[in-house]
Amino acid sequence: MSLLALEGVTRRFGAVAALDNLSLEIGAGEFFALLGGSGSGKSTLLRVVAGFEPPDAGRVLLRGADITRDPPPARDVAMMFQSYALFPHLSVADNIAYGLRRAGEGRAAIAARVAELVALVGLAGMEARRPRQLSGGQQQRVALARALARRPSLILLDEPLGALDSGLRERTGLELRALQRRLGASFVMVTHDQAEALALADRVAVLEQGRIAQVAAPRELYERPATRSIARFLGAANVIEAGTLPLRAETPAPAYALRPERIRRVDHPPEANGVTARVADLAFRGGDAVLLAQVEGGPLLRVILPAGAPLPEPGASLHLAWDAAALAPLAA
Amino acid sequence: MRRALLTLGLLFLWAPVLLLAAYAFSDSRTPFEWGGFSLRWFGALARNERILEAAWLSLRVGMAAASLATLLGLALGWVLARHGPFVGRPVFGALAGAPLVLPEVVTGLALLLLFVGLQALTGWPSQRGAVTVWLAHSALGMAYVAVLVQARLAALDPRLEEAAADLGATSFVTFRTVTLPLIWPSLAAGWLLAFTLSLDDVVVASFVSGPGATTLPVYLFSQLRLGMTPEANALAVVLLGFASLAGAVAWAIRGRAG
Amino acid sequence: MTRGLAWLALLGLVATPLAIVIGMGFGTPDSGVPPVIPPIGRDGWQGSLEAWGLIFEDSFYLDTFLRSLRLASVTAALCLVLGFAMAMGIASAPPGRQPLLLALVLLPFWTGFVLRLTAWVGLLRDNGWINGVLMQLGVIAEPLPLLYSDGALLLGMVHSYLPFAVLPLTAALAKRDLSLEEAAADLGARPATVFATVTLPLAAPAAAAAFLLVFIPAAGEVVIPEMLGAPDSMLIGRAIWGEFFQTRDWPAAAALSTALLALLLVPIALYQRLSVAK
Repeated sequence: MSLLALEGVTRRFGAVAALDNLSLEIGAGEFFALLGGSGSGKSTLLRVVAGFEPPDAGRVLLRGADITRDPPPARDVAMMFQSYALFPHLSVADNIAYGLRRAGEGRAAIAARVAELVALVGLAGMEARRPRQLSGGQQQRVALARALARRPSLILLDEPLGALDSGLRERTGLELRALQRRLGASFVMVTHDQAEALALADRVAVLEQGRIAQVAAPRELYERPATRSIARFLGAANVIEAGTLPLRAETPAPAYALRPERIRRVDHPPEANGVTARVADLAFRGGDAVLLAQVEGGPLLRVILPAGAPLPEPGASLHLAWDAAALAPLAA
Repeated sequence: MRRALLTLGLLFLWAPVLLLAAYAFSDSRTPFEWGGFSLRWFGALARNERILEAAWLSLRVGMAAASLATLLGLALGWVLARHGPFVGRPVFGALAGAPLVLPEVVTGLALLLLFVGLQALTGWPSQRGAVTVWLAHSALGMAYVAVLVQARLAALDPRLEEAAADLGATSFVTFRTVTLPLIWPSLAAGWLLAFTLSLDDVVVASFVSGPGATTLPVYLFSQLRLGMTPEANALAVVLLGFASLAGAVAWAIRGRAG
Repeated sequence: MTRGLAWLALLGLVATPLAIVIGMGFGTPDSGVPPVIPPIGRDGWQGSLEAWGLIFEDSFYLDTFLRSLRLASVTAALCLVLGFAMAMGIASAPPGRQPLLLALVLLPFWTGFVLRLTAWVGLLRDNGWINGVLMQLGVIAEPLPLLYSDGALLLGMVHSYLPFAVLPLTAALAKRDLSLEEAAADLGARPATVFATVTLPLAAPAAAAAFLLVFIPAAGEVVIPEMLGAPDSMLIGRAIWGEFFQTRDWPAAAALSTALLALLLVPIALYQRLSVAK
């Protein structure tokens, strides 16, 4: 039995369906990411699970029990809010203890649990501070500890890394995943950052216009995007319509996704799965370089040249090639 | 240039007040005539029972009115900020803002006629006095509190209350443990504003008060429209001292609440 | 429940009193207690148009209204100009200093409204401070009749209402985006042009609100004219006050109040719209 199941959930705002007959199952102990652009419905989905948005249709099941009509306080889920929503008038310890107090636990039990959580997220010694006296990363950890305090079945994380400086994001994300693994907790994370979703999650659902476009493990999602839009969204793949280039694919399809890093420079023009193109633009990015190559009478290809590769002159003509396995067939 | 104009404006606001304060320490019986330094008018003030009685009444009415105004203003501000669109909302908003802008004579007359009408219909209030002034000043003050509360609630991150609900708090507990602590500076400011309004009101109190319930401003108005006394200067100094003290306290509270 | 309490407060303490004022304008003066026969009694309608007839027939009241609106306009305009200058000064001070400057604007008002006016009386009257200084300096031989004049009235009005203009203007100006003015200067505008083409237009809604916030209550002012103004200069607030307290003609006071409300309806609606738009 899955931990969380959504069955045909629909949520409309006026004429717009933020969630459109959406079904999804998430297992216990899973780190699940909901990935999508703004307006894709990913935050609404999180709020439906937390109980802040009543669905217009469909059911929400937690461990098989229907919680669709339960108010937020009654749900065994905890949310880590975007920009954390820490109570500014309460200390770190009181923020973490908030949910425990509502549950009516005893003083000693609360104190012990708070001490445990403070140690878990590495904030020992800061219990008396107010949120505004903490750095962004420390606030993030208080928010996580607060959500974990009552040992909910499911933790919902709304853009957990979004408010952090880019330098801190990667490390905090890895810590988040390590903690999740160690506790065996179930995480559902909303993010618009594809790298974040791919790096942290066990499975990723891509949302488009209130519907799930694809659910897959990160590697599969990246290598085998189901649709043109997912291909463009994830890693900015080249979408090549069948017939516009000399292709020899493993599976016939109306179009293929071709990762920019799977295209390589070759010395001689290949017969198939390759083209001759002109350098339209070139940008050095430190580790690698992005090349925009214009195929005469064909598409503009995005190519990533590996570190150390010699860079062509703008306007120069060059030969490009790829393997048949690099062509991921697209359904739509 | 900007600073010069500001200084000029502040000077204009302060000049009569400073003069008033300075001559409170003059020994002369004629106000605004220097007769050497003296504290005699403060002593005379302390012995003036009419003024003290009126001041005591004003203080009590002001505190009671500020408290009721804060309660009602909280309800008004809450509805305005949180209840979204509902039937009659434009009327609600216009009525809630009306006491802010109505001329005092109109408010005073309107509330007096309300009390007279109530008395004719129900026998209550049997006479006008402290209670009617209290209600009138509450009506005046609640609109000011409502504006402050509404602004504070609108600026409050809605996710804080959602976080409380998510952590298991019922709506009442959320209000008590999260909302109230976060909006209380606006309630304190509103209380203070309503208190000040009550303490300074001549017109409305003149309409709705009755014999034996003369507030300080009404008493001063009746006395000073004819001529002033040095005791009045001393009173101004005392009030200014209290106000500065209250201001400093409010400042400290604001500093703590951030 | 909250909404019920809120409606109760508004209907009981705001809507009903205003409705009674409007109704009372159709009552008849009487010698009893209260000195009025209400327009609706046991036998149904018994009202009269006497009070309204008085207002429309006697040009005295029309003049009174016009004088009040003129005084309110001039007061509001002066408060707006002076208040804008002061608000600019406060808003361009370092942020840490701004609360102190605002406190300096407000503090004089806690001496009490009536006492503050007595200070002006002390300054302006024949044997008052200003005349005394001028006579000692030999500038004048006889005291100038400063008090109980339109000038004294205006001085007292501006002095009393100035903070009403300073507060909203400071709030608006302190929040403004300074980079807009820098952009204008960068594009070649001189300081006066920057002010006229960027600062002023962006502050226009706040300025309108400040003007109305002074204008509306000033139109019905009672106490300041009573203490500083010329005795024969009749204003609508004083007229209502007089009809109520001296003549004891409640219907006339109510009808005049209703007329004042009707005149202020447009400014009030405008103000509420401006303060909501904020």
